[in-house]
Amino acid sequence: MPFMSRKMKNSLFGYLFIFPALIGFLLFYAWPAGRAVGISFTDWNLLSEPYYVGLDNYVDMLEDDQFWNGLKLSAYYVLLNIPLQVMLGLFLAVAMDRLTKSLFVKAAILLPYLLSNVLVALVWLWMLDPILGIVNSLVSFFGLTPQAYLGDPDQALVSVAAINIWRHMGLCAMLFLAGLQTIPKYLYESASLEGVTEFQMFRKITLPLLRPVMVFVLVTSVTGSFQIFDTIAVTTAGGPLDSTRVIVYYIVQNAFSFYKMGYASAMSVTLCMIMLAYTLLQMHIMRASESDLN
Amino acid sequence: MILIKKMTPARCVAWLVLITMLVVTLFPLLFVAKTSFVPAGELYTTSTQLLPDNPTLSNYKKIFGLLSTEESIAAGGSGANINITTSMINSVIFTGIIVIVQTFNCALAAYAFARIPFYGSKLLFGAFVASMMIPSVVTLIPNFVLMRDLGLLNSMLGMVAPFFLMHGFAVFFLRQFFISLPKDIEEAAQLDGANSFMIFFKIALPLSWAPLMTVATLTTINMWNEFLWPFLIATDDSMKTLPVALQSFKSQTPQGQPDWGGLMAATVVATIPTIIMLFFFGRRIVESVQFTGGK
Repeated sequence: MPFMSRKMKNSLFGYLFIFPALIGFLLFYAWPAGRAVGISFTDWNLLSEPYYVGLDNYVDMLEDDQFWNGLKLSAYYVLLNIPLQVMLGLFLAVAMDRLTKSLFVKAAILLPYLLSNVLVALVWLWMLDPILGIVNSLVSFFGLTPQAYLGDPDQALVSVAAINIWRHMGLCAMLFLAGLQTIPKYLYESASLEGVTEFQMFRKITLPLLRPVMVFVLVTSVTGSFQIFDTIAVTTAGGPLDSTRVIVYYIVQNAFSFYKMGYASAMSVTLCMIMLAYTLLQMHIMRASESDLN
Repeated sequence: MILIKKMTPARCVAWLVLITMLVVTLFPLLFVAKTSFVPAGELYTTSTQLLPDNPTLSNYKKIFGLLSTEESIAAGGSGANINITTSMINSVIFTGIIVIVQTFNCALAAYAFARIPFYGSKLLFGAFVASMMIPSVVTLIPNFVLMRDLGLLNSMLGMVAPFFLMHGFAVFFLRQFFISLPKDIEEAAQLDGANSFMIFFKIALPLSWAPLMTVATLTTINMWNEFLWPFLIATDDSMKTLPVALQSFKSQTPQGQPDWGGLMAATVVATIPTIIMLFFFGRRIVESVQFTGGK
């Protein structure tokens, strides 16, 4: 194409290359994100025409106890889930880094993460069954009182968190392990020559140098678990007594069980804002948290 | 490391942590496997045993549709049905289409963002990356409405639609890789009159096998396990993927108590493909997963 300038040719090729991805972006990310905002200003049950109601959905939302309860439960769930998951993953990674390079061990530790949430939920629904489950059998064996777990309003969310910790701690461990392997071994060697204990090495060398991985794990797992849905859909369906009706479950329920598309969209847009604010805050912190190695 | 060959207290603790975690990880799966061989009448009596008294294959026959409804209820089923073969095939098609098309599209886009200085490329790349931050529940409703309006509910196209054209992380990840490639060969080819497409297919793509496989592995994990979108689109049994079919098998319990034997057999069958993949591609899977946190 001699009649085209280099610049035009580049732009032509550039857009040819990104064309399929661009269509995907516009059709399934950009446009629906805008449309969600539009729908949030309407009253719409999918069958009749959407009816413009202005900010009514947002006003209703602020007065809806279930909405606040959902946000509270999701936040509570994050607090139950993340610290323990990160801690267990870290211990596991340090142990593996010290003891074994076995691929079998790594694969076994990662296996729960490779199974779907639905599958994992079914496994634990069976393990935690109040009458038939092995967990209660073990509990009675040790002379403790059997519990209802997912059937008890006070324990359901904790149980869901435990299930997700089981699924994700291996993933955490793998991410930390990758981070640990970037730490130069001579740091530990010279520390041990100077008689530093292993625990001090962990605190003074390992933890500070793991900070970038730590921040990554925290950002992705916090936004991810704030949006917990699958496990709850399978195990408790929001019950018992709304004790697990987390925000995403409530949104999906409003949309696809009650057909309140406008109201569900208003809540989802709000959720998006919350997640965005959190991510920006984290990115700000992340920028200040380059590894001490650099 | 020389210093840890001795059995120090720290080393003992580390072994203890590792072995406990391995048991905690694997025991539930083995227990599920055991339950899948227990006849329905003996669930309670064998609930604390590690092996069934009278192992049976009836749970497996049931989920593969080899028993009639009457037989399956007689065998302690709930009368609920799951067509595990169909949903397994659906899962393979669903995951396969998305992994292949999405990885290819993202490689194309990533290459352009890395190498071709076209108008608006910075802005678009930023937008692609930003799309990762939108919670999926936000686009869920408009996307569902779009699929309904296009008549794509209960169709494979409807199920793969939001995923197969592009994924922000894949574009981001592959662009990083293309940027790291040495430019010389590509520039030489350009001087010889090769256009961007030829350079991409003949030079860049063959060099990107490893990162492409990393992206493909991660997408396979995510899509094989995807639940909410296929759950909304595939309401017809013939279209359900494994996670969706398992969930509906669990929730249709006409006789109250879930059909534990059948459910656990289905759980085992659904776990097997993952274990096979782990067996053959263990190293690649572990390394791909580790890659996500590496940057």
